[in-house]
Amino acid sequence: MSAAADIPREGARWTLPAGRSIAAVNEIVSAPLIEHRRWSWRLWWIAFAVSLALTAVMLVSIVWLFDRGIGIFGNNTTVVWGFPIANYVWWIGIGNAGTLISAMLLLLRQRWRASINRFAEAMTLFAAAIAGIFPILHLGRPLYFYWLVPYPNTMFVWPQWRSALIWDFWAISSYILFSILFWYVGLIPDLATLRDRARSTIARTLFGVFALGWRGSARHWHTFHVYHTTMACLGVPLVISLHSVVGLDFAASLMPGWSETIFPPYFVVGAMYSGFTMVILLAAVVRWGLRMQALITVAHFEVMAKILLAASVIMTLSYASEWFTAWYGGEPAERRLVAFAFAGDYRTLYWLMLIFNCAIAQAFWFPAVRRSILAVVVISQLINVGMWLERLTIVLNTLSHAYAPSAWHLFSPTIWDFLLLFGSLGFFALLYLIFCRLVPVVSMHETRRLLSAEAEQ
Amino acid sequence: MSAMLVADFRDAGGLMRAAQWAKSAGYPLADAFSPFPLDGMPELLGGTSTRLRLWMFIGGMTVAALAYATEFWSAVYNYPIDSGGRPLNAWPAFMLFPFAVGIFGAALTGFIGLLVKCGLPRVHHPLFDINGFERVSQDRFMLALHAPQADTDKRTAVAWLKQAGADTVWELEW
Repeated sequence: MSAAADIPREGARWTLPAGRSIAAVNEIVSAPLIEHRRWSWRLWWIAFAVSLALTAVMLVSIVWLFDRGIGIFGNNTTVVWGFPIANYVWWIGIGNAGTLISAMLLLLRQRWRASINRFAEAMTLFAAAIAGIFPILHLGRPLYFYWLVPYPNTMFVWPQWRSALIWDFWAISSYILFSILFWYVGLIPDLATLRDRARSTIARTLFGVFALGWRGSARHWHTFHVYHTTMACLGVPLVISLHSVVGLDFAASLMPGWSETIFPPYFVVGAMYSGFTMVILLAAVVRWGLRMQALITVAHFEVMAKILLAASVIMTLSYASEWFTAWYGGEPAERRLVAFAFAGDYRTLYWLMLIFNCAIAQAFWFPAVRRSILAVVVISQLINVGMWLERLTIVLNTLSHAYAPSAWHLFSPTIWDFLLLFGSLGFFALLYLIFCRLVPVVSMHETRRLLSAEAEQ
Repeated sequence: MSAMLVADFRDAGGLMRAAQWAKSAGYPLADAFSPFPLDGMPELLGGTSTRLRLWMFIGGMTVAALAYATEFWSAVYNYPIDSGGRPLNAWPAFMLFPFAVGIFGAALTGFIGLLVKCGLPRVHHPLFDINGFERVSQDRFMLALHAPQADTDKRTAVAWLKQAGADTVWELEW
């Protein structure tokens, strides 16, 4: 099995020689969990301390918000959405991407997903959970958020089912629960591997409990495969509906620049775009931090850069179609809004957004750029910032410059807006750092299959 | 409980070949164990038909129907809000909630179905007593046959499995 001649071409493309045997895959992936004394974790602890501090910042901001109300943010009576909703849309976009990427690549039989799907799905769980916090924080009376749940109550009232807020609530909660199942089921065979490799009794017991007694039976594999592919088939429409609903939060309104039919698909592609940038960042960190160079290779970064390039072209077309419909529709408020975006008070944000999302990604046409991990990571993070700016400018431009000129009002963020944003990033990093120490970050059983010549026959 | 012969192979190819020979030689195959799914093995073992997808469909549709019924009953009968004469049963706006929870309902039904069909969780199994079975989740491959009743037939089967490439053959009951 370890002989290079046995490795199928596809397996050889997505691994380095050091990771081209089943034993090597088991060794590389389980080392951070079982033989973690093999290298120094000082940097991990530093990152942990920093993200813990940022999480504390987030918690302090939330406590202050609950005490003072949303007046601590830059929001005003005209720009009622501000940072919290822009952050929500950005986080849910990242939260969308993991399951979308994983499920779509599974359905398209892209076996290279084996190296990235596990941590992309974990990214989904954490980002979607963080996204779900923002609309609640943005409520005037956050303590009543549970009124979105239909339950028999002494007030004899029911949720307003026609409201986009209800759609959000159910779409996000169903999506998070679905993603947990999708992630966990894919994890069961790997937990069994760790159960069988673990040396300490505690680790063996814990992995054993969560592995549910998996024993690799061919009948079980068959049922597992049926369930996993069916979940992927269900996951793709769920993800698309979730981010379409986020798009509809805007499009179902009657605001210039928002009530556009292109919004749902445009938001879905935007989610995939920003989500992939986050996957690239995490791939680079995991590859370097957990010594996974043999399993997460330059070929993975190259193919992800190609996907970013495609998404960038779609995003550019979407922006152009917004400008075109504003001009062609002839509605003065719409035309005024486009002029305001390009030349108004938020023009710097808008131009930066266009440079990051449309222009910079074009560098990926060059193979040399796609094959440089540093270049791919830097460009993808600029796009990630660009996608955050996109959500921010969507919120700010329309609300600051809607139909009635007498109501025009600008938004300027406060320190709390930024503290909550960076605090949430720290919380995400904290969850991620913990995840890396508890669960295998690369799917071992899928990588083994990728490397098995026999499985190909 | 029935007697089994469990043979250990070094690679997936050895396991597949042994399973094919055993089947053609008329030995009843019980199961195969591998660290990743092997194409063709479920077909050799038989019983590849599964109603899991049907159950997922039924579970999903049931949850979706319940969700829509909740919306319909609460918005039309129990707490109608007349908003400018718009229809109380606003079905286009009502579709998302049943859709999202219906998909989760299907996923949950499938997960329960997966556990039931695989007989999991079962944290202990007689196979785990085999010294070396822990390698099956990593890099070894095992084949389980229903052991023949007569001792001579059993000995033939063991010899035959070893000839087919098995490193070790165990006899156990489950």
